[in-house]
Amino acid sequence: MAFLELKNVSKGFGGQRVLSNINLSIQEGEFVAIVGYSGQGKTTLINLVAGLIKPDQGEVTLEGKTVTGPGPDRGLVFQNYSLLPWLTVQENIALAVDQVFPDWTAEQRLAHIDKYIGMVKLSHAKDRLPKQLSGGMRQRVSVARTLAINPRILLLDEPLGALDALTRGTLQDEIANIWQSERKTVVLITNSVDEALLLADRIIPLTIGPGATLGESVPVTLARPRDRKGVNHDPEFKRLRALVTNQLLAFNANRKVSLTKKLIRPDILPEDLEAPRVNRPPRRPGEEKHEVVVTS
Amino acid sequence: MKSFKFDGLVLPLFGILLVLALWHTVAGKKIYVLKESIEVVHASVIEAVPGGEAGWSTLKPLLNKPPLEAAKIAAAIKSLPNGAEIWTALEQNLEERRVGLISSLPNVVETWQASKLYIMEPFAKRGEMDQGILRFSWYSLILVAEGYSLALLIGTPIGFFLGLSPMFTKTFDPLIQILRPVSPLAWLPLGLVLFLSAGKDAGTYGALFTIAICSMWPTVLNTAVGVRAVPQDYLNVGKVLKLSRFKTLTKILIPATLPYMFTGFRLSLGIAWLVIVAAEMLTGRPGVGGFLWQEYNSLVYEHIILSIITIGVIGFILDRLMSLIEARFKAIS
Repeated sequence: MAFLELKNVSKGFGGQRVLSNINLSIQEGEFVAIVGYSGQGKTTLINLVAGLIKPDQGEVTLEGKTVTGPGPDRGLVFQNYSLLPWLTVQENIALAVDQVFPDWTAEQRLAHIDKYIGMVKLSHAKDRLPKQLSGGMRQRVSVARTLAINPRILLLDEPLGALDALTRGTLQDEIANIWQSERKTVVLITNSVDEALLLADRIIPLTIGPGATLGESVPVTLARPRDRKGVNHDPEFKRLRALVTNQLLAFNANRKVSLTKKLIRPDILPEDLEAPRVNRPPRRPGEEKHEVVVTS
Repeated sequence: MKSFKFDGLVLPLFGILLVLALWHTVAGKKIYVLKESIEVVHASVIEAVPGGEAGWSTLKPLLNKPPLEAAKIAAAIKSLPNGAEIWTALEQNLEERRVGLISSLPNVVETWQASKLYIMEPFAKRGEMDQGILRFSWYSLILVAEGYSLALLIGTPIGFFLGLSPMFTKTFDPLIQILRPVSPLAWLPLGLVLFLSAGKDAGTYGALFTIAICSMWPTVLNTAVGVRAVPQDYLNVGKVLKLSRFKTLTKILIPATLPYMFTGFRLSLGIAWLVIVAAEMLTGRPGVGGFLWQEYNSLVYEHIILSIITIGVIGFILDRLMSLIEARFKAIS
């Protein structure tokens, strides 16, 4: 039995089917990346696993038990960090730790919090408020908060989406390192094929909605640790990147938007020189023409 | 720094001076009119005051040139050695009048002179309705503090219920919208009736009731808006951690709503301060409002202006203080 399993899961909002017929099984300790276009239901998918929303059909099971609601066994790292702005870095993590480990002594909890702040290299900033941190630092706090509650599975919802390319690279390496040492099961949602290739054991593309579903999964067999500079010249990396990218592009090729434009020409034609010169009426045909424009 | 002083200090001062000048121009002033011809007046003064001729010579050019401004004549008489006697004799021949665009309105100088005692001895108590202006304000502030605390204690929970429960909103929002625009002057008689059995204290309780019910609404509505505006992300954090309802309230909802709540608190305090004046006027309690109404009835119009300025200044200070607190909370989130 798989560690995390989604069976025939469908979810819609307001009559519009967002996800349909999602089947996914993930083994314990596996790092899976789900890659897809924006707005096609990636966040919906992760919220289903987190239990923040319930599927219309099908079920989500974690270690054989059906997911009925959110819980600290599934640590969710939010796309927009979701730090509480009135709490310092330490207090934000403490809120989670105090809730999940109420039996520990105050010293144990403090040491635990410090350990995770150290893990994301923020010890110098632990008394700062979120607004005093850069975007990358905020996301590291969010990761530390999630890791500190020791979840069975880590759900990363486009964690690096809002960051600049340099910070993104640094944080990708940090996530890879943390995964190497903790060996947690991870589901990473991303729209970057390179990011998925650098981090994941397996990449699953998400098709285009409405009613998006999961495509064929691509195992990533690159050796770890993966060096972001070296990997660019690796033929296997190039092959996988082309494979996944082409899959994603193929989804998009099927989707064409056509719109009809109403075109109105100037309502007059050149004078007819053949007609007699006197009392020659202007020619206003009042014609309309429709044109269909196809865009991809 | 220089431009800050100019903008922040010089311009407001200029505005105040401008309005003072306008007030002084339209306000009335006291003048005298001679009842008899100047020769008759001269004779009566000389007759009554031995050696009054010297004093008369300084007064004569003034008296010859109407209108006789009361302030100028008083100053001239004060400078004379036997001024008191001359004034007694002169007074009988003078008729007092007020002239000006709005002759009944006291001018700046008159207002200052009549108010000097109340401002210079701000905490003096000479009688029930004759006390220093800050002592009166203190009475009003105490009553406001009580009524306002009551409003916050009742209003904040109602705001939370409104924000959290659509059912509660549907049930009570129309009622709130109906009660909200009712004037404090309309609530006060009801308050007095409600506490009729309290006897002597009915006025106090009635005033408290009025302050509480009138100043509650901004707190209620702002809190409700604040609760509805708590980002879903914050609530999701609580859900993922499985926080209890109580912890979600104390750890997430209340801190996230605080900036909105304090906007409500500030507006409520402004209204409470408005209501106190009306309440004191009608109940005749000692306080700035009570003083104002009493002085209107005793025809001391200068004190009406003194009271208005005092009410304004204190209201302004209260608002600034609340803004400072509000800004602190706004800065965090």
